[in-house]
Amino acid sequence: MASYTDKAGRPIVVVTGMGLVTSLGQGKEDNWAKLTSGTSGIHRITRFPIDAMRTTIAGTVDYLPKSKSTAPDLSEELATLAADEAISESGIGSIGSFPGPLFCAVPPIELEWPQRRILAQEAAPNAPVTYDDLLRAAEANGHDAWHERFLYGSIADHLADRFGTRGQPISLSTACASGNTSIQLGVEAIRRGDCDAALSIATDGSVTAEALIRFSLLSALSTNNDMPEAASRPFAKNRDGFIIAEGAGALVLESLEHALARGAKILGVVEGVGEMADSFHRTRSSPDAKPVIGCMRRALADAGVEAEAIDYINAHGTSTPENDRMEFTGMSAVFGERLAGIPISSNKSMIGHTLTAAGAIEAVISLMTIANGRIPPTINYELPDPAIPLDVVPNVARDATVTRVMSNSFGFGGQNVCLILTGEPA
Amino acid sequence: MSNRRDVWITGIGLVSSLGEGPQAHWQALSSGAGPVIDESGFAPFVVHPLAPISFDAQIPKKGDQRQMEPWQRIGTYAAGLALDSAGIKGDKDILGTTDMVVAAGGGERDQSVDGAILTDIEKQPNPEVFLNEQLLSNLRPTLFLAQLSNLLAGNISIVHGVTGSSRTFMGEESSGTDAVRIGWSRIAAGTSEIALVGGAYNAERRDMLLLFALKRLAMHAPWAPVLAEPKGVPTGSAGAFLVLESPEHATARGAKPIAKLSGVWSERARRNEPGAVEAVLEQLLKTAGAGTSEDTAVFSAASGAPEPTLAEAAVLARSGLPVRSVTDRVGHGLEAQMPVALALAALCVAEGKLFAPLAGETLEKPFDGPLSRAIVTAVGHWRGEGVALVERAD
Repeated sequence: MASYTDKAGRPIVVVTGMGLVTSLGQGKEDNWAKLTSGTSGIHRITRFPIDAMRTTIAGTVDYLPKSKSTAPDLSEELATLAADEAISESGIGSIGSFPGPLFCAVPPIELEWPQRRILAQEAAPNAPVTYDDLLRAAEANGHDAWHERFLYGSIADHLADRFGTRGQPISLSTACASGNTSIQLGVEAIRRGDCDAALSIATDGSVTAEALIRFSLLSALSTNNDMPEAASRPFAKNRDGFIIAEGAGALVLESLEHALARGAKILGVVEGVGEMADSFHRTRSSPDAKPVIGCMRRALADAGVEAEAIDYINAHGTSTPENDRMEFTGMSAVFGERLAGIPISSNKSMIGHTLTAAGAIEAVISLMTIANGRIPPTINYELPDPAIPLDVVPNVARDATVTRVMSNSFGFGGQNVCLILTGEPA
Repeated sequence: MSNRRDVWITGIGLVSSLGEGPQAHWQALSSGAGPVIDESGFAPFVVHPLAPISFDAQIPKKGDQRQMEPWQRIGTYAAGLALDSAGIKGDKDILGTTDMVVAAGGGERDQSVDGAILTDIEKQPNPEVFLNEQLLSNLRPTLFLAQLSNLLAGNISIVHGVTGSSRTFMGEESSGTDAVRIGWSRIAAGTSEIALVGGAYNAERRDMLLLFALKRLAMHAPWAPVLAEPKGVPTGSAGAFLVLESPEHATARGAKPIAKLSGVWSERARRNEPGAVEAVLEQLLKTAGAGTSEDTAVFSAASGAPEPTLAEAAVLARSGLPVRSVTDRVGHGLEAQMPVALALAALCVAEGKLFAPLAGETLEKPFDGPLSRAIVTAVGHWRGEGVALVERAD
């Protein structure tokens, strides 16, 4: 009989259901086929005019009913699809009754331009439009539904209604590390004994014209517009920025004991979570990579394993010059000379950077990598960067036995969260 | 939930319309002076404006201040006060292991850029292209960082060096309750020794009033006490952070508790069901041990939104406990409201007494006895119910 607790005496936290939506498609199967064939989901933006834009490509999800709606509408739809897939695979609870809390990473939410324009037209002042005009129109014209739609809590609230999760859901953001944080909070709650199961979702359907412009003004985005599918080039010498993208990932987390008691199929174990914040700069990581190193080491320590036990790294690998160099520096310190022999790939080469959703999406792909014994490649790796020599599983998928994955996520605001994932419980 | 440890509050940082720091608040509250209100600057709406603050005192670099919008400055300032209060400001070793949970909204639009675009956009042959051009040339690159929810935590890391961990919760009022709850849970369970939890809100902005106005939920002048006459949310600028700590960690560094945080609970009533808010809140109060002693008062963080506030007022009236409306004193700071109310509750428990009732707030009864327990109620204007219990540490 396997032990229900880990080396530290805490409940082992397993994954029993996973769901995935990206620009490549809906569902794990479709995504896996495309990810392992090196297919890119990056394309020319059609959602809004790209005139005057420095970047005209993205990994938007354009095939859903809400793809042309507001960011919270699309983010909610993405999350719903991913969670449906995860819960249905897990077989946990009953329809509309999930026996645990919801931790939901959501993108920034605010009233959008179409709504502002309607309010301004309704106010129709004979003078320059001000927010006082919008306020007057807002109170006069019965747009009550917009209030709820543009609250930060509304996506998670609607998901809590639909899936019947317990208690007040937590909506969260740690920027581009949000997906990992949504998993971390679930793992912690189960380890504390607060619950036997948790639903972790991370979603991002927030590629609007203004969002693209904001990242563009920070010089964070690739301007390799000519061939969209070849623009995201993690770890390559000619990388020049990330590709903004959309998607959602969902994971059903359970204590091993709870999962076994109900005869659930176990898809993997969240063995360790590490976190360390960076106080260096709002958008840049500490050049010495100390926080990232600390984050990875804390994850290994939390899992109770040495660096030698990692045989694949699912990189943050955004394709920005700075992130990929810093991530290399961090991994070099943690893995030493062994780094050159560890396969490392970035799913973002194919699906772009799904921002809030990235960590959860990449955790799902990491567990599929273990289950299938096949590592998705880093595509668009034509020009290796001699400054950061790595085995990035260039351009074509590779068959390999993978038992333990490190999955990294780093974000603006000094956010660093690292997961250690394995297949079978020890 | 066996083997739980006590959780101490060892630091409080608080800024609001009443001033900064526990003493300024205690003086303002015990003097019986009314709330500080601005009924003209954002007419027809009522807001509680932030007291004059010299941000340099906690955010010494002007460059840092320029990178923040007011809500982040308020929060970073309050966080600094809390670290000072706990005696850990600048202590790199402790700050490097301090776990941070921040409740935040975001936004802060550039209202003049928005206004200029809206003035001209409908006259354009291609409005969406015009929008792109205007945003590209007029948005400040750094504004984005001042809008991101997790950048309050980011700024606290940068300015004060808190780097143990950093999580930001959104979701209006409930995010404040859950930020404190998660910080508390981790210490109680022994997986964290010290945490900085709290939030901040800038009420003096029309883009936030707009969100409430869409459902006619922003309080119009004249101001009214929220429990007696819940006619809308009187938003208030405020920031509050608490340093939570295990007794072992605090004792080892010679720190004394201000009060004990004995529990934090959150729930989600199905508000389309009649009576749901009352039932959930009754249960939460029961869980928090209301009615078990005579030295207990309720600190209400009620929003002033009519339906949930009427429900809360009914429950509080039935509880028979002395009640004080935090919102009447400092306004409603949305994500920050639970932390603000907790800060005031901890302050009063530490003082051992309650401030006087406010004229017109009929639920507030005189209470002269010693105060050793405070229950904070935080019912969201739209969703989420929360309760916290603060007790004397000795």
